[in-house]
Parts: sequence; C-alpha cells; structure tokens
Amino acid sequence: MSKQDPALQEWQDNELARTLARFPERKEAFTCHGGRPVERLALPKEIDEAYQDKLGFPGRYPYTRGVQPTMYRGRLWTMRQYAGFSTAAASNERYRYLLDQGQTGLSVAFDLPTQIGYDSDDPMALGEVGKVGVAIDTLADMEILFDQIPLDKISTSMTINSPAMVLLAMYIVVAEKQGVKAEQIMGTIQNDLLKEYVARGTYIFPPRASLRLITNIFQWCSANAPRFNTISISGYHIREAGSTATQEVAFTLANGLTYVQTALDAGLDLDVFAPRLAFFFNASSNLLEEAAKFRAARRLWARLMKERFQAEKPSTMMLRFHTQTAGNTLTAQQVDNNIVRVTIQALAAVLGGTQSLHTNSRDEALSLPTEDSVRTALRTQQIIAHESGVADTVDPLAGSWYIEELTDAIEQEALDLINQVDEFGGVVACIENGFIAGQIEDAAYQYQQQIESGERVIVGVNEFQVDEDVEVPVMRLDPAVEDEQVRQLKQVKAERDQEAVRQCLADLENAARSDSANLMKPVLAAVRAYCSLGEICGVLRGVFGEYRGRAW
Amino acid sequence: MELYRILIGKPGLDGHDRGAKFIARALRDAGFEVIYTGIRRTPDEIAASAVQEDVAAVGLSSMSGAHARLFPAVLEALDKAGAKDIPVLGGGIIPAEDIPRLKKAGISSVFTPGTPVDTIINAFREACCQHHQQRC
Amino acid sequence: MQPAQLLEQLLERLHRGDSRSVARAISLVEDQTELGPAIMQGLDQQRLDTALTVGITGPPGAGKSTLTSALVHHLREQGLRVGIIAVDPSSSLTQGALLGDRIRMMDHALDRDVVVRSMATRGRLGGVCASAGAAMRIMAASGCRIILIETVGIGQSEMDIASLADITLLVLAPGFGDDIQAMKAGILEVVDLLVINKADMPGSRKLLLDLGRETANSDRVLETVASERQGTETLLERILAFETELRQEEEFKQRRQRSLNKETVDWSIELIRARLTDLVDNEFLTGLDQDPRAAAEQVLSDVLRNSLTFQR
Repeated sequence: MSKQDPALQEWQDNELARTLARFPERKEAFTCHGGRPVERLALPKEIDEAYQDKLGFPGRYPYTRGVQPTMYRGRLWTMRQYAGFSTAAASNERYRYLLDQGQTGLSVAFDLPTQIGYDSDDPMALGEVGKVGVAIDTLADMEILFDQIPLDKISTSMTINSPAMVLLAMYIVVAEKQGVKAEQIMGTIQNDLLKEYVARGTYIFPPRASLRLITNIFQWCSANAPRFNTISISGYHIREAGSTATQEVAFTLANGLTYVQTALDAGLDLDVFAPRLAFFFNASSNLLEEAAKFRAARRLWARLMKERFQAEKPSTMMLRFHTQTAGNTLTAQQVDNNIVRVTIQALAAVLGGTQSLHTNSRDEALSLPTEDSVRTALRTQQIIAHESGVADTVDPLAGSWYIEELTDAIEQEALDLINQVDEFGGVVACIENGFIAGQIEDAAYQYQQQIESGERVIVGVNEFQVDEDVEVPVMRLDPAVEDEQVRQLKQVKAERDQEAVRQCLADLENAARSDSANLMKPVLAAVRAYCSLGEICGVLRGVFGEYRGRAW
Repeated sequence: MELYRILIGKPGLDGHDRGAKFIARALRDAGFEVIYTGIRRTPDEIAASAVQEDVAAVGLSSMSGAHARLFPAVLEALDKAGAKDIPVLGGGIIPAEDIPRLKKAGISSVFTPGTPVDTIINAFREACCQHHQQRC
Repeated sequence: MQPAQLLEQLLERLHRGDSRSVARAISLVEDQTELGPAIMQGLDQQRLDTALTVGITGPPGAGKSTLTSALVHHLREQGLRVGIIAVDPSSSLTQGALLGDRIRMMDHALDRDVVVRSMATRGRLGGVCASAGAAMRIMAASGCRIILIETVGIGQSEMDIASLADITLLVLAPGFGDDIQAMKAGILEVVDLLVINKADMPGSRKLLLDLGRETANSDRVLETVASERQGTETLLERILAFETELRQEEEFKQRRQRSLNKETVDWSIELIRARLTDLVDNEFLTGLDQDPRAAAEQVLSDVLRNSLTFQR
C-alpha cells in the first residue's frame, strides 16, 4: 500500500488529524485476538482517480466510506430504542428512570389519535387512546410528560408527522416554562409527510399544505431553534410497505430533494437548513445488499446535493442516518429465529455506516416486546459493537468486487428512478397519480407471491416449519386509560380562558388562509392558551382540507 | 365462472395496509372484483359502501388490535343498513382467544399471520358463492 | 317469493331510492341475469328523461375524482340527488379487477343521496357500455338528477364510455395530459367541455397554450382547482346551462338516441357472441365456408335476415 500517497497524506493531515484532535479514538490500539493490529482504514494498492471519485476517504466527498474519518473507532453508533407508553405520567416515570440510568436521549412514541390530530374524546379515537404510544391532547399533557426533565440537557426524538408543528410548539413552551430557551433545545421530529402518503398513512392534509407546514418549521427553527433536527426523512416505512432496497433509496432521496427545493423556494439558506436534515433507513436481511445500499445512498445524496444545488459545505452534503431493523421480516413462527434475523440486519446497518440503530425484539411481530426481549435486542448491538470486530476498522467491506458492484448498481438504479419521478412531475405529482405507491405495491406483491409459491424461502414460515401453535398474545389496554385521558381533557378545556382560545384559533385560521404567513407563531400562541391538538388541527383541516388517499 | 364483487375495508386508525392490499390483489388475480375503501374508515362508511356496491362479501383488516371493537361494529352497521346477509371475513393480528368471540359475533372467517393466501381466497369464494345463491 | 313479486318489490324500493335495491338492480343487470331486462323495462321513463348524465374522463392524476367530489358537493348543496359510476379496467387475464375510486368519494360515504357504484370493464369490448348505460338509468329512476360517469385514461374505450353520457368533460392538469398532444387539434370536437384542473400550478398556462390558440380561447374551456373547490361551482353552472341549451334544441334527444343506439349495438354483440360461442361448442358451424371471414359473413346474414325489421 502506498502510504506515502499524496492524496492520502492530504486527508490524514486535514480531516483525520482534525477529528483525532477533537475526538480521540475509543482505544489506543485496536487488535485482533493475538495482538495483530487492526488497520484504521484499509486501502487499495494504488489510490487512483477512480478510487477517489467513487469511494474517497471517510469523512470526505462523496462519503461512500462514511461521514466521519474514524467512524466507529472514534465513537460507536447511538443505540437508540424507541418505545411508547400509554399516558404522559407513565411515560414521564419511565423517562426519568432511563435518564437516571445515564441515558441522554429520549424517544417519544405517540398514540394514533395524536398522530392524526384527533383529541382523545373524538369519536375517531375510540379504542385507540394510549395504544401505540402516549396520548397528548393539550399542553397540560406535555407538561406532565417532561416534568422534572431538563430540556436544556437532553435531546428528544419525537415520531410525529402531520401535527409535528403542534407537538414541537408544545415542547418549546414546556421548555420555556422551565426557563430553557428555544435555541437550547435539542432533538428531532420526524416531520416527513411525503412518505406518509405512500407508506405510513398518518397524513391529515393534502401534500402541498403539508409542505408548507414543514417549510414553516424549517424556517422558524433555523432562526430560533438551530440545534433541533427539523426532519427525519424516512425510507424505513417505504421499505416496510414492501419496496425494494433500490426503491427505498430512490423514493427517500427524492422526498429529501423535494424538501430541499421547497425550502429553497421559500428563501431559506441551503447551508443553514440542510445540515439539519436527518435520514432514517430500514435494514433488511440481505446482508450484502443492505450494506451496499447504505453506501450507495450516502454517495448518491452527496452527489445530488452537489450537482443539483451546488452544495459545497461538507455537512450540507453528508447523509447522516438512523437505522431500524426490518419489522416486516419478523415471523410469528419460531420467534427465536428473529434474534438471528435482527443480528444479520443490525450487522448490515453497521457495515453500512449508520449513525444510530434500533434493533427490533424477537417477539415484536405480534405485540409490544417484553423487557427480556428488549434487552436481547440491545445486547445484539453491543455484541456487534464490542465482540464482532466490525467496528474497529472503517468501512470493512470496501473493495470487495461484489460490494462495489452492488453499490454502483443501487446508486445507478436509484438515480434512474429519481429521474423518472422528476419526469413525471416530481414527488407530489407522483403521490397524486399513484406512481410511487404503485411501484411499492407491485414490489410488495411480487415478494409476497414468491413467498406464497415457495420460490423464496422464509425459514419457519414456508420451509423448516415445526409443529407449533402460533398464538398471538393478548394485549389488553386498561380502558380506564382512555376514560382518564378524556376526563383530564375535559377538565383542561373547562378551566382555560375561553376567549383566548377563540381568539387564538381565529388568528390561526387567518394565518393559514394567507400563504405567506409562518404558522409557527399562531400555533405557539394557541398551544400556550391550551387549545387542544384536535382544535388546532381542526382549524387547519377546515382551511387545507383533508387528504383522502388513493387505493392503488 | 361467476364474477364476485367484494369489498376490502380497513377500519381503525392504523395505516399499515400492506396486508390488506396484498389480499386485495391476490383476490383480483383469483378473478374477483375488489373494491378497496382505503385506510381509516369508520364502520358506518364501510357498511354504506358495501351496500352501494352490492358486494357478496366484506373483508376487514386490522393490525392495531382494534379488531375486537371494530369488526363487530361493522356487523352492526351492516345490520342497521339492512345488509345483515353480507358475510364478513376478517384478518390481521388477532389473538387466538379473540377468535371464538369474533365468530360468535358473526365474523364468518378469521385469518391470522401465516394463513396461506389460498385458504383466504377459498374462504372468500365460498362465502360469495353462498351469498349469490341467496340473492334474487 | 315469486320472481314477479320480487321484481315488483325491487322496482318499488328502487324508485323510492333505497340504496340496497338500486345496487342489487345494477348487479342483476350487469351479471346478465334473467331479471335484468324486466328491471330495465320497469323503470320510470319520466325520471330517465329529466336526468342528466355527464361523462368525465382524463389521465390518471389530473384530479377527476377530486373534481367529481367537488361537483357532488355543489349538487348536494342544491339538494339534488347524485349518482356516480366509476369505471376501472378488468384484468384481461383473470377477469378480476381492483376498483379504488371510492376512496375519493368518502366525503359523501354516509350521504344516502349520493349513489356510488364502481364498475369493472369485465374484459368485454363495449360490454361495459351496456352495463354502465343500464346503471345510469337505474340511478336516474331512483331519483338521481345528475349521474356522473368517470373513467380513467384518454384512450378510445374511455372516450366511448364517456360518450354514453349526455355531456362529456375532459379533465387535464399541468403534467397530466401530455399524451393528449396527439389529438389536441380536435379535442373540442370529441368533448363538450375541457377542464384544466390544478390551474393554480405552474404549467397550467403552458398546457393551455399547448392545446392551441383556438382551443385556449374557446368558452368551452374552464379552469378549476378542484381540491379547493375553486371554479367548480362555475363548472357546474356551465354544465347545467349547457344542458338547458341542448334541451331547447333537438340535440339532447339526438344525443340520447345515439347512445341508446350504441348501447343496442353493444348489447347485440354481447348477446350474439354468447349465442354463437354456445353454438360453436355444439359444432354447429360445419356447413359453412372454410374461410373464417367468409363464414362470418354467412353467419351474419343469417342472423340479420329475419330481424332487421326495425326502421333505419
């Protein structure tokens, strides 16, 4: 290896030296069993132009080999497990326990009515309150949720999309009441509406109105809450809906490009908002394809940002992402097999250079996981991190003919698909005309047909079955949770200043009707006056209308 | 062979309709005319659609655990709409102990994860065939 | 119950607007059951005469369903009962079909005076025209003042279906209508009204210009933003004014007669096809010419010989 290569030297003197100075590596020396040292970065014999063009050095354009120069030698990925609890009080108790245990970040799951902008007493919410996460109706619930949790010190990730602005506003007001300024808060809101229309389904408003809300959030946060990640552009759900790996990359990046363009059109500064864009991908079971997928996505995003938007600042071009293992691959049959699946998937994410990872639990196919299985899932990550050795060298799969071929192929196919979306009028048009959903559904259908026909083997499902009763465990939610939540909502509504509520909602409606107004301000005011989530979303429903979805 | 019209409905708030759409397509490929209501439909909306479309059977899908309340609610809504005779089949993540209760309420077949698609298609065909024999 | 009683009951309920009976009547005709012809003969002719049928067609994504939904909204504001027929293609391989247009109509799902019916083309050339025509009349007899029939696409068969209606409407939107280029010259010869939907989007001006000066300047071109119900009320007024115009002249009756003729031809082909297929199965065709084309002429002249007694 030509260690004296000038390009290498240049990288070592700059990116690498800077990183090592700021963040020393986890260990002084990384070694194999027996003492052989593990190289930080394995390289080809000759660092030619083709290598630099396609792979380059980690932490440098086109970021194929990772976004940091030392990757996991410097710091392991964040092991972040997402969980939801029924009420604000129960969640608060759990969060405080986790923080006492040294956790520094929280991840909040909301119930479906909250995600779709219904109050707990709405007829549509019946039976769903507190089911898949916490129910939030008014600021009062949010105050309980973060009671005694210092919002200047911890970062909070919230899986919320259509009503993201309302929940973010509540978070900001709770922080304010703690004496924490908006500029100090840290965290992420998912806020990725475009994928909701084609995959996840918790949309409320039509796409154009959603894009406006998102851009309003970008704009407000750039100026007021610069440490908050304003979106997590998610391929995870697209994949769960049945897309291929290539489609996952293509549609996710296409959504990303749409957000960037919309923000630019609204006059935002690329280098201010783009570094706050985060991504969220799925790790499925095809180990090598998945690892290549992450590398391809990183390179393609960097190239698209550079070529389409003339980005130059590294953090503007870097694709940083969270990964979750593929929930749809978990089987109800022989549930222990799922531990093995999750291991392979998690390994793919690490080999692909993820920034954070959620590993699913073995029993998650059918119900909320038990505590034991959650621990095993976390242990899986820790074994990969500390025992497997894959975290000790940067991008270990690079240079494998198969991996590089696959990386090139996925990048090219994804780019072709992105261009096709552009040709058909862009993402919003392709949501409306069904192109994206149709592509995903076709892929999902073919995949399932292959399983049904036995062409694709799923262990324990269509081969290697054992005689077992596949029983779905019963999850009964205490109906008292819903009653209590509704009672509290009624109480809050009875005690607040009704005139202020009326005024705030009227102001919000006026602002919504004017295309140029940023809705963060009236939403913050409404939240402060204890207007409920359902009331605020109701006003916006009235102005923007509701998206009805399409069948095929 | 007779052409059967069926309606696939998705009551409740969960947006996971990969399963519902797969079944809809598989039924199409098995020669059914399939009307899909989309996600987040109320029982009344599903019943009204089933009546207007004069389907021979209704299939329901639920992944969020809301089946226990929502499947019987669809049966009630059909009854109210004077369409008690339309058979209703259901599938999704459904605990074993809920199955007898759903059947007692009038759900004619219940499918759980791992039910082969052919079993589901045959159940629909049988339900439709019986329904067509009754109609004038 | 005896078939005659059943029929009577069905017709009575249908004319009262009972959803179930309307839907069942359509099925019985569509499935070509024995009751079919009797149902059609028992419909209130006066209601058929007063009802207006509107064909709506356009490429996927142009916003037809949203536009339809907006029109329904305005019609309901006027207290008028509405019927909607949404046609989707059947798979030619399996005969099955996915019918998804109801989703966009869900705003009206619980309104008993909005009658929605999804129909598959059932793989028969023209066959759907026969069924859709019958469905329109059944809806009309049930009290629908206006029946909208919606098809996806802008091919010949979609146009055929749309042209069953008294008034036809083509919906285009920026980015969804490029294929229309080929026929742009004569577009207003094929349809009565041209709707440029999503008119607030960039590109709508260009779409209009692409259609040519003559088309762009015609008063038969309207702009809408259906999702916000912009221009849709005007569109409805335009449709109703057009109806009045047609009814004042003989044109309305002529249009009706033309579509009835078309349906008659479709039905004839349907029936003849079934009968001939049946006969071929029984090896009837042995005495004919060896060349299929020539044999067909022989069959046709045989079929028509005794039956062409109606007035041309």
